[in-house]
Amino acid sequence: MTTLPDQRPESLGGYIVHNLPFPKVLNEDTLALLKQMTPIQIEQVYSIAYLHSYGQDSPFFAGLTNGVLLGSRDPQTGYTYANPRGHDMITGEETQWVVLPNEGTVHAFTVCYFGSEEFLPECPFVLALIEFEGANTLFLTRLLGVDQASLDWIGMKVTAKYLRNSKLKPTDVYFVPRE
Amino acid sequence: MPPVVYAVSGGVSKFAKARPDKTFQAIVKEAYDYAIRDIGLSFERFTELVDGSVASYFSDHFQRQLMSGIMVQDYLGLCPKPSHRVEGGGATGGLCFQEAWKSVASGHMDICVAYGFETMSHVETWKGNEFIALASDVSFDYPVGGFYSGYYAMMVTRHMKEFGTTVEQMAHVSVKNHFNALHNPYAQKRQRYTIADIRSAPMVAWPLTRLDICVMSDGAAATILCNEEGLQKLEKAGAKIARPLVRVTGIGRGTDAMRMADRPHVDYDTFMQQYATEQEKSSDETRAYYRTLWDKGFRYPGVHSFRAGRTAGNQAYKHAGIHDPLRELDFVELHDAYTSSEVQTYEDLGLCRYGEGGAFAASGKAFLPDIDYGLPLPDRPVCPVNPSGGLIACGHPVGATGLMQAVFAIWQLQGAIEKHFGDDTLQIKNARRGAIHSHAGTGTYVSVSVLERES
Repeated sequence: MTTLPDQRPESLGGYIVHNLPFPKVLNEDTLALLKQMTPIQIEQVYSIAYLHSYGQDSPFFAGLTNGVLLGSRDPQTGYTYANPRGHDMITGEETQWVVLPNEGTVHAFTVCYFGSEEFLPECPFVLALIEFEGANTLFLTRLLGVDQASLDWIGMKVTAKYLRNSKLKPTDVYFVPRE
Repeated sequence: MPPVVYAVSGGVSKFAKARPDKTFQAIVKEAYDYAIRDIGLSFERFTELVDGSVASYFSDHFQRQLMSGIMVQDYLGLCPKPSHRVEGGGATGGLCFQEAWKSVASGHMDICVAYGFETMSHVETWKGNEFIALASDVSFDYPVGGFYSGYYAMMVTRHMKEFGTTVEQMAHVSVKNHFNALHNPYAQKRQRYTIADIRSAPMVAWPLTRLDICVMSDGAAATILCNEEGLQKLEKAGAKIARPLVRVTGIGRGTDAMRMADRPHVDYDTFMQQYATEQEKSSDETRAYYRTLWDKGFRYPGVHSFRAGRTAGNQAYKHAGIHDPLRELDFVELHDAYTSSEVQTYEDLGLCRYGEGGAFAASGKAFLPDIDYGLPLPDRPVCPVNPSGGLIACGHPVGATGLMQAVFAIWQLQGAIEKHFGDDTLQIKNARRGAIHSHAGTGTYVSVSVLERES
């Protein structure tokens, strides 16, 4: 049997208000009473369209649209980042692009049952940090095809999959357990 | 001789889920006026004497008002005195405290006030989480669905896998801090919980439940710092400043990569050279313990530890002459945005070794004596952590939090907890030295300051 609700949910929105109560006669006493008012709260909507540039990291996103995962490597030391990084943090030298393997291992994860407002409709989803052979750092991504969270997921072998219809976002690649 | 900087007074507004009754400027004024009243000066007299200020708030997004700092400076009547605004994520308040210290220690100011605030109720909760998530890489981490509870939960899973830390150990932190807050009238959440309550709360990001996580708040805090000349000026003007005086004796900071994924995994020798505490370096047993960890594949800091926190702690301890923080600090107010981050920070601050944070959390060593937490704690309290209730119970209005910790630390060291809380339960008997720890993001900026009572 469906349970009847025991409270009403809060939400924004409602009637538009054009006037508020205010003393008709203004004198010292009524003006002093204004200090006892509870506050007025209004809704203000503000939206922005940014023209965001991926800058020197742009090839990474082009790679994703072509089913390739790119990382960055210091040409002298060979230190390899599994995220794009235009300059090495130790040598300061400009890095080169390298192709990362599509196979990796789960290093850490979580199951998000809540999230930023933008991602609430996608909850629950799994975030994972992936390690790659030959890379010194990790890659943050989504993990799909898993169920029942367990620490045993750490160490799981995973494979990259790419969206056909790319969005030029890092979620154009995601990982699934390797068969 | 290093310059002497005194922390003479502080004020905190009541942290609350929402404070629609006042604009942000007026909320700061509550804390500011309290700090001035507590030393018995009039507003006008203090305004004549203070040399300047440092302002602290994290996000313009919350009030959709740029340059909020100068609006507070104006409202407090401090114009045209010098000021600047500090921002460093969750460490904003702690960094602000240290910037005020710098202003005084450098001789630039004799008396400096540090004030901070945040009004996070101006947007809905999950939009607020979204704003905070924008303090992560917006090209690579945020768009994957990254948000702070998710980042911390990933760190937790790694910590659990590396060290066997359990969710029940982490829950001890939530129980402790909520129980402590029962005696703190400034705290936003004052509740008795059990381990079972923490674990049965709604899951937010596995394995962190809602009760493992601090809440967003509206609130403000302010502290007054001065040098010897400033102290004389204040007292000559009639200020009644508590004795023994409280000095700021240790300052430390650290940073790390915004993307947790980019953090290095250094070898044993690099760790011992660059990150180990003095105490760890000097102990053969600890060196052997860490050698064993590395032999099993452990690397540092990875995503399980905060080298920014370790760096900040080492620096502050060196400055303050501390070698054994667990025994030489009488309390720590640290940044427990998550129960897990308190566990991680025990390790970073050298209260225990890496890998032992979980056991430390459940040991009793970080609890207060004379409070019945309803937990079987095998060890006696040694160094209470978050006697105030921490962020988990007090709330986390980001720009105010680090300053709130400073104010509570000043009151502990002045022996004035009963005066300000109306209850002496949280007063640590004969507290002589304490540390405050403020932490941004996933350990991107961390500040540690040591405060000490003059003998």
